[in-house]
Amino acid sequence: MRSRLIPWGVAALLLVALPPFVIALGAPYYVDLVRRILILAIAAISLNLILGYGGLVSFGHAAYLGIGAYAVGILGFYGITNGWVHLLVAIGACALVAAAIGAVSMRTSGIYFIMITLAFTQMLYYLGISLEVYGGDDGMRLKSKSQFAGLVDLRDPVAFYYVALGVMLLFVFLTYRIVNSRFGMALRAAKSNDARSRAIGLSPYPYRLAAFIIAGAMCGVAGALYANHTSYITPGLMAWHQSGEMMFMVILGGMASTAGPVLGTFALLLIEEALKGWTEHWQVILGPLLVLAVVFFRRGLAGIFFKPDA
Amino acid sequence: MTWALVFEQLLNGLQYGVMLFLMAAGLTLVFGIMNLVNLAHGSLYMVGAYLAAAATQWSGSYLLGVALGLAGTLVVGMAVEVIALRTLYERDHLDQVLATFGLILFFNELIAIVWGRAPLYSSLPPWLQGHVKLFAGSTYPVYRAAVIVVGLLVAALLWYVVTRTRLGMLVRAGASNRTMVGALGVNIQLLYTIVFGFGAALAGLAGLMAGPIYAVQPGMGELILIQVFVVIVIGGIGSIRGALAGAIIVGVVDTLGRAFLKPLLGTVIPPTAAEAAGPALASMLIYLLMAVVLAVKPAGLFANR
Repeated sequence: MRSRLIPWGVAALLLVALPPFVIALGAPYYVDLVRRILILAIAAISLNLILGYGGLVSFGHAAYLGIGAYAVGILGFYGITNGWVHLLVAIGACALVAAAIGAVSMRTSGIYFIMITLAFTQMLYYLGISLEVYGGDDGMRLKSKSQFAGLVDLRDPVAFYYVALGVMLLFVFLTYRIVNSRFGMALRAAKSNDARSRAIGLSPYPYRLAAFIIAGAMCGVAGALYANHTSYITPGLMAWHQSGEMMFMVILGGMASTAGPVLGTFALLLIEEALKGWTEHWQVILGPLLVLAVVFFRRGLAGIFFKPDA
Repeated sequence: MTWALVFEQLLNGLQYGVMLFLMAAGLTLVFGIMNLVNLAHGSLYMVGAYLAAAATQWSGSYLLGVALGLAGTLVVGMAVEVIALRTLYERDHLDQVLATFGLILFFNELIAIVWGRAPLYSSLPPWLQGHVKLFAGSTYPVYRAAVIVVGLLVAALLWYVVTRTRLGMLVRAGASNRTMVGALGVNIQLLYTIVFGFGAALAGLAGLMAGPIYAVQPGMGELILIQVFVVIVIGGIGSIRGALAGAIIVGVVDTLGRAFLKPLLGTVIPPTAAEAAGPALASMLIYLLMAVVLAVKPAGLFANR
């Protein structure tokens, strides 16, 4: 553990030092970019809990990003701007939806599970489109960012950056604790051998469902932050390709590793950013790159920097 | 609400259902035989629609356009199998999902580069325009009727090929034990390429038939793909019968829901509330149906494994 803390410490210091550095260079845009990456890294961390450690291939994790964002947007729409209420509702709503989707989806496994989580998320996406009151297809503008009176002002881009960084590091730590607790061991045992874990008296279902709900709730926090980041909420947050990208963040970084989702999110979004700067048709390059990554780069970035956890 | 209107919407549901079936049949065959999850199946649907529209414009003949579109999709499908997917058969489903997700990005953008992002509209030859008379003065568009006929014919043909021909026998044998079929001297690799190509052509057929009814645009394949997943989950993976039943159920339920849910709701709750809730509920209907089927039969209605 101690040797692993060193790269984490270095990375955290670099991220803390980034805003004053890029502002001094006259490129404050990078504060926004890295803030977005940090927020999506939170989402990837939550997905890694079920995908990496739980072996549950959810192709619908964007649902919780969307629900978290809509929680902020809809509360704001009715004039409630208290950030703590926003977070509480985002977490609660995501946990409830994750409980419902998880309870049904986990009756199946394998490819069925992939398709069903995708289909349910698509259902929520269409629900978002048909909610005309909240902007329908076009989405809605966030009138005011979440208010954390006296604590922090999210309108300050640098302060918001540090909030995102803090929350992300907190969630890295939290996931690490969950995964290495008794609960996390049971979850991982069920992933590596379902039959054996049943034989020693651990029914996987409640552990998996609980992990699914925790992951949903964590992603809700990312969604609430993301709504504040863009100040604009659209159903597109729940679209299937958002779910796909989140899976790639986890896979590129390395599944079932503490640092994987963070590294993967940085890698994917920075590659996207570079390609976007180069050509309008960046996806025609990104697509084959992703295929090559799946075929040849199986252990992910974390496999280069760290030894596997398990 | 008259019965003629209900009947017309039922036919529309059937028409959508047979298109879903053409997609689901290819997807479920490829899954059943090669154990491959192909998200890019929707891209082949899009490729079929674009190739047919372009070939029709180029040749001026609708039938030639359709033929070229089908052949083109078959070739594209086989090329995708040989270049990208062949290495993925032994991998787990997660890797397959991710790699084919990459293919979707590639195809959508490639189509946008060649034809632009604006929807493409294709025109029909005169003999497919107009309406056919049904009963008691009600009519139905010729084109949609033709789609239903073609779809049902393909379903019958597929049944014949799979159950009554040598190729079908190999396909079924390959699905139950690929190693054994390979040991008996069958070129499994070639068989896989052929099956994948046929699945692609079926998706292309669905796409080119969808062209004149729905908008032809990049990303069109993913909208239908996700509904096809619902079809397959309801019908049971790997089962052609299940795909047919699931497709028609989903097609009819979705179409009737969109047509009649709002007026029906309006009779029980205030019309303004129905105005808002109707479309939302209609678009969620098939997913709710899927959840119910799963709760009762987790492996689908026609599970064969």
